[in-house]
Amino acid sequence: MNKTVNHNAWFMVLPVVILVAFSAIIPLMTVVNYSVQDTFGRNQFFPVGLEWFKEILYSDRLWGSFQRQLIFSAIILAIQIPLGIIIALNMPKKGFWVPVCLVLMSLPLLIPWNVVGTIWQIFGRVDIGLLGYTLSNLGIDYNYTQDTLDAWITLIIMDVWHWTSLVALLAYAGLKSIPGAYYQAAKIDQASRWKVFRHIELPKMQGVLMIAILLRFMDSFMIYTEPFVVTGGGPGSSTNFLSIDLVNMAINQFNLGPAAAYSIMYYLVILLICYVFYTVMTNIDERNGV
Amino acid sequence: MAQITLSNLAHSYLSNPGSEDDYALKQLDHVWNDGEAYALLGASGCGKSTLLNAISGLLVPSRGRILFDDRDVTNAPTTERNIAQVFQFPVIYDTMTVHENLAFPLRNRGDDPGYVAKRVQDIARMIGMESQLTRRARGLTADAKQKISLGRGMVREDVNALLFDEPLTVIDPHMKWELRTQLKSLHHEFGHTMIYVTHDQTEALTFADKVVVMHDGRVVQVGTPEELFRRPEHTFVGYFIGSPGMNFLEATVNGTMAKVADHEVFLGKGYGPVNGKVEIGVRPEFMRLSDDGNGIPARIRRVEDVGHHRIVRVEVENKLLNAIVAEENPIPSENAVVRFEPTGIIVYSDNWRVVPNGEAAA
Repeated sequence: MNKTVNHNAWFMVLPVVILVAFSAIIPLMTVVNYSVQDTFGRNQFFPVGLEWFKEILYSDRLWGSFQRQLIFSAIILAIQIPLGIIIALNMPKKGFWVPVCLVLMSLPLLIPWNVVGTIWQIFGRVDIGLLGYTLSNLGIDYNYTQDTLDAWITLIIMDVWHWTSLVALLAYAGLKSIPGAYYQAAKIDQASRWKVFRHIELPKMQGVLMIAILLRFMDSFMIYTEPFVVTGGGPGSSTNFLSIDLVNMAINQFNLGPAAAYSIMYYLVILLICYVFYTVMTNIDERNGV
Repeated sequence: MAQITLSNLAHSYLSNPGSEDDYALKQLDHVWNDGEAYALLGASGCGKSTLLNAISGLLVPSRGRILFDDRDVTNAPTTERNIAQVFQFPVIYDTMTVHENLAFPLRNRGDDPGYVAKRVQDIARMIGMESQLTRRARGLTADAKQKISLGRGMVREDVNALLFDEPLTVIDPHMKWELRTQLKSLHHEFGHTMIYVTHDQTEALTFADKVVVMHDGRVVQVGTPEELFRRPEHTFVGYFIGSPGMNFLEATVNGTMAKVADHEVFLGKGYGPVNGKVEIGVRPEFMRLSDDGNGIPARIRRVEDVGHHRIVRVEVENKLLNAIVAEENPIPSENAVVRFEPTGIIVYSDNWRVVPNGEAAA
């Protein structure tokens, strides 16, 4: 069949082009624009080439935040993925408690980020917060506004509280899709509980777990609101993650050029990681599909 | 290997079964002799799989006991029973190779690696997958996967019984024949107790020494293929076994004669008083057609030539019956009558066979 050539068809694509331009391309290009210019105020800009990129790449500030961010994401994944799987394995498979469990588990997911932050900000306060007050009265020296370790622990527990159910729900969906015959066959083959997990449940959950890891990684890697509300990046800069650092630089210090360069590099890192995930996931799909 | 005794066994999937109808498996007493090959035959949903799962321990029966030899295993978990079971649809461990799949049951018991390797080789040869042992099991075709499932079932030499739950459903016909033959030779070689569930009568009759026919949660007859053909104890057996199945006509029975509508039929044997819903059953093989006026008038509806004989659909007293007529015998074109060979007539009362006078009770 021959395709008719009709260049008027391009007009059909125009609305989408305009939409994408306004939603993504133009804002991104303004950032690119800022990243190669400097200003002395009064809305006068002059080009500086890749100066800002060099400055940011050689600054300890970026590398410090980047390192903290990686450590934070790694801890989050290391806790939430196994914990989510364990919870999913122990959830009831049928009966009255299934909907109860599902609703209770979804609750934290429905709370807005800054509310979660506020809850934990108050919850952890030594003077009025239930957690902080109890701990300090038990003689434990806990103060997330002054102690780096306490601040980190608070943020991690908060994130675990907020997001583990997402992993659990995804893993639960994966578990539910395993036909009963697999468990029966494993019993017949005299497989231990661990082997059932290792050879049946884990492989069957592989797909949803990849998605869970991707979602949890991206979210924790871009985390802003919660640490901003709870610790504001402190004490010192000990919980200054990439987004918090970036917002400080762009809004509070109004360093538009370096901040633009910073955010472009941040964006590229995320793009790179997404690409790696995507490749891994398609490879798994292909292997499964053969 | 063990003799498996089912005593007063019954199972319902409801938590509070009331009437008989609530039971998927009705009260059942049966002994599976050590080392025999059985086929468990019945229509879909008659309780075959329920019975099998009760034996293997995948479900605990609502009532009754299960004994392996003298050991009561009613509440023992599956892993303790040392039973092999192959399911209707293939179950393979995706992440493992074919070799690892076959070795899995042996490794779970911590068998010696040398023995495992040798045993896996033997089984792989039996199912014809020697060349694919190092392949991942994931990408294989459905029948290759099912062969692995079968192989995994046979890999343990000392199992108490081998249970097959319609294992050849996904296998193509040519391979079916071959695998069934393999299973039979395996049985002769090792003498495992085997129970083979199927709804295909050919499969059942060619596989087993003894066929157990189930209907509506009940065992209706246990016998050799010959016995099931000659003397179906229940109308279901008559109808289910044979191709086409047995013909049934409502009748009244008096001594050696039966009366179908206004026509007298000689039974060849004497019967005492027969009550309830009385029917006579005749296999199509024992129906004779002619045009000599000696028999019950019949109208021929259709003739199917299946090669070595013809199946004739005839209408007798407003009922459609099947008759098998050899190729060389003529089919009457008009004034057809049908006669029943006395040796092939069986009398049923309320679906159960009535024992004629002079026959020793079975």
